[in-house]
Amino acid sequence: MIKSELVARLAEANPHLYQRDVERIVNTIFDEIAGALARGDRVELRGFGAFSVKERPARMGRNPRTGEPVEVDAKHVPFFKCGKELRERLNTSEPVTADAGFSGNVPGAAD
Amino acid sequence: MNSKTLTRADLSEAVFREVGLSRTESADLVESVLENIASHLVAGETVKLSSFGSFSVRQKGGRIGRNPKTGEEVPISPRRVLTFRPSHVLKDNVNKALSGNGQDTAATPE
Repeated sequence: MIKSELVARLAEANPHLYQRDVERIVNTIFDEIAGALARGDRVELRGFGAFSVKERPARMGRNPRTGEPVEVDAKHVPFFKCGKELRERLNTSEPVTADAGFSGNVPGAAD
Repeated sequence: MNSKTLTRADLSEAVFREVGLSRTESADLVESVLENIASHLVAGETVKLSSFGSFSVRQKGGRIGRNPKTGEEVPISPRRVLTFRPSHVLKDNVNKALSGNGQDTAATPE
C-alpha cells in the first residue's frame, strides 16, 4: 500500500471529508513525526511502535571496490521499534507470504 | 539535549490545528491511519509512505538462541518481524538537523 491508497481508504471510510483534507491529515501526521525526530525527540505510539533517533559514531569504513579505507562521519539515523501489540498481531494470524508454498507453523496460530 | 516524547495526543493536536476538525475527530483519524497501516502489515503487505519511509514484514526462520545470563539454550520459533526503512528525505532531514551533515553520507547503495 502506498500513501495515495491509504488516503483513498480513509476518504472512503469518512465520506464527510474531502479527499484533499484526508491527504492533509495523513501528511500532517507524518510531518509531525519527522519533525519530532529532527529535533531529536521520540514518538511513542502505544500498540503500534516507537520512532526514535539513534546515534552512530564515526568509524573507519572501506571502499568495497578499491579496498581503500575511508572515514565515515558520525551520524544520526531514524529508528523504529515495533510495539508489543502489533508484534503479537503479526504472529497470530496466518502469514500471507509472497512466496507460495510456505506452510511453516507460526507460534500462536493454532486456535 | 532535552528530548521529549510525543504521543498520539500530540499527533491529534497537530491534525486539529492544521485541518480544523474537532479534537475527537482528529484523534479518531490518527487512530484510523495507524490501524489502516497495521492491518495491511498484518496481512503481509508492505506500506510505503513517500518522503517518510516504508514498513515491511519479514519472515524469520526458527533458530537456537541462548539465554545470555545463564548460557542456557532456548529455541526461538519462526516469526514475522516488522522493519522500517526511513526514506532518504527523512534520513537527510534528521541527520542534517542533528549532526550538521547528511548531504553527502555517500556509500548508501540503492
